Amino acid sequence: MLRVFIAFVKKETFHILRDARTLVILFGMPIALVLIFGYTVSNEFKDASIAVVDQSRDDLSQKLISQLPASGHFQLVDYADNIEALEASFKAGKTKLGIVIPNCFEEQFFRNGTVKVQLITDATEPNYAATLTNYANSMIRKFQLEQAEVTRLPYQIEVRSRMLYNPSLIGAYNFIPGVVALILMLICAMMTSLTIAKEKETGTMDLLLVSPLSPLLIIVGKVAPYAALSFVSALAVFAMGYAIFDVPIIGSLPLLLVLCLLYLLVALALGVLISTISKSQQVAMMVSMFTLLLPTMLLSGFIFPIESMPFPLQQISRIIPAKYFIVIEKAIMLKGAGWDAVLMPSIVLAIMLVVLLVASWRSFKVVYK
Amino acid sequence: MVNEYAIEATNLTKRFGDFTAVDAITFKVNKGEIFGFLGANGAGKTTAIKMLIGLSRPTEGEATIAGYDIYRQTESIKENIGYMSQKFSLYEDLTVRQNIRFYGGIYGLNRKQINYKMDEIITQLGLEKQARKVVGSLPLGWKQRLAFAVAGVHNPGIIFLDEPTGGVDPATRRQFWEMIYEASGEGVTIFVTTHYMDEAEYCDRISIMVAGRIDALGSPRELKDRYRTDTMDNVFLQLVRSRENP
Repeated sequence: MLRVFIAFVKKETFHILRDARTLVILFGMPIALVLIFGYTVSNEFKDASIAVVDQSRDDLSQKLISQLPASGHFQLVDYADNIEALEASFKAGKTKLGIVIPNCFEEQFFRNGTVKVQLITDATEPNYAATLTNYANSMIRKFQLEQAEVTRLPYQIEVRSRMLYNPSLIGAYNFIPGVVALILMLICAMMTSLTIAKEKETGTMDLLLVSPLSPLLIIVGKVAPYAALSFVSALAVFAMGYAIFDVPIIGSLPLLLVLCLLYLLVALALGVLISTISKSQQVAMMVSMFTLLLPTMLLSGFIFPIESMPFPLQQISRIIPAKYFIVIEKAIMLKGAGWDAVLMPSIVLAIMLVVLLVASWRSFKVVYK
Repeated sequence: MVNEYAIEATNLTKRFGDFTAVDAITFKVNKGEIFGFLGANGAGKTTAIKMLIGLSRPTEGEATIAGYDIYRQTESIKENIGYMSQKFSLYEDLTVRQNIRFYGGIYGLNRKQINYKMDEIITQLGLEKQARKVVGSLPLGWKQRLAFAVAGVHNPGIIFLDEPTGGVDPATRRQFWEMIYEASGEGVTIFVTTHYMDEAEYCDRISIMVAGRIDALGSPRELKDRYRTDTMDNVFLQLVRSRENP
């Protein structure tokens, strides 16, 4: 039995080594994905171009304006004379954020204790606009507090927010777990469904089924090498995240790896299921694309937060395995959570695994009986 | 194993919904015989062969392979048969040696047995120079002969060949048939489907399948006498026409 299994794994390894495309997908893609996401997908910004309409032109307004670029996040590109000029600047794409300071700014501030400053953003990029306004808001509030110390405003509520687990809002903390989930799903499910579909396409699957091998051994033998390789790939991504983007693993590494293995088995079972229903590699590829790749990217909470999705999509996201694995990863890596905290998502993944195994086993039997 | 027939099928039937692909076929194949299973494309040959080798479950009927029942003793059958499909089914991206080693491996041969078989096959086919090349680079005729040799890697008593010589010229087909004779001479039963009538002449006995039924069975000589003609082509055409214009 073991000898047969080894023959199988050997043969599968030859396939992988012979096919450069497979190797590129197995090891090139994870590296490319990490680097692409690491350097492009980010809410962090610096030197955002801002424009000011200063209708007051007094000491205090000058002080405020001079303080904005000091943070390094903003770059003052335009001094507009009026709102119309500011709008022209937006249309030309020169400005991302406009600050309008009203008449008699200093006078209103010190006499009435209240003054309105208007922030105008280019919301064609909504996320970016929201980030900019948030940041400008907090800068102006800080400025107000500094001035208040001089003049001692009697009543005020001071808000201090603290960002837990990712205090400096580093994008990599979000995407490294997401990339691991994506890669494991892609490599395990897509590659196994392709490799099994290939055997069906070339007729070699018939030969295997005619041999004394049990169907279970055929599937396990085919899947095992891919499982091992994707696990190595996942380790590489964790390591890259740690080395290049300083993403920590605060919690228990063994726990993380065990659950990583669980998720990997779910992905493999999905791949086997897809391969049993597809007749050719092309069909397997299309099915994996539409049922795995896109949902894992879009509905797992990796790129878009699940909380802001419409109700039907939120329900769909519940059956995406990556969603649970990302929750687990973030809990262990960033919050340092233990067993008890990740028990629920782990149970969900385990149930998914059992359902998928039963489904693919039945589907396999239907095809070959 | 005490059975005088290598293959015995009784009223073997396969239906897909309303369509009857194989309609109650009954035949016996003697041990060591070359049995030709003829029919037009779509006559049900491949479906019939798949039922015999356990890839497809019959709707009705009985059959034994090497004395083993196709419903209950599938494991014993699998150890005693070799199979070569019409897609010839070797791994094109593996070398000749890797293919032989893999198929030997899945039939549970040990290293020594595999190496022995490897030398035997490579010498028999004259593949010494190509042994370390990938199968995909070989000419089709060579691939087919290699596939046949691999189907016999575990010395099975019966080898099933499903249209083994599709797409090659008559000279290459002839070479393939010499291998079949050699195996048959060593006592291996050969069950071969084809739609080349010249190949039918090479068989000990043949059955001709039309639209799911076996319409004629006998040696090539008997069939030609029965239908009063001197070529298998004419036997076949008469059978197909009688079915189309009853």
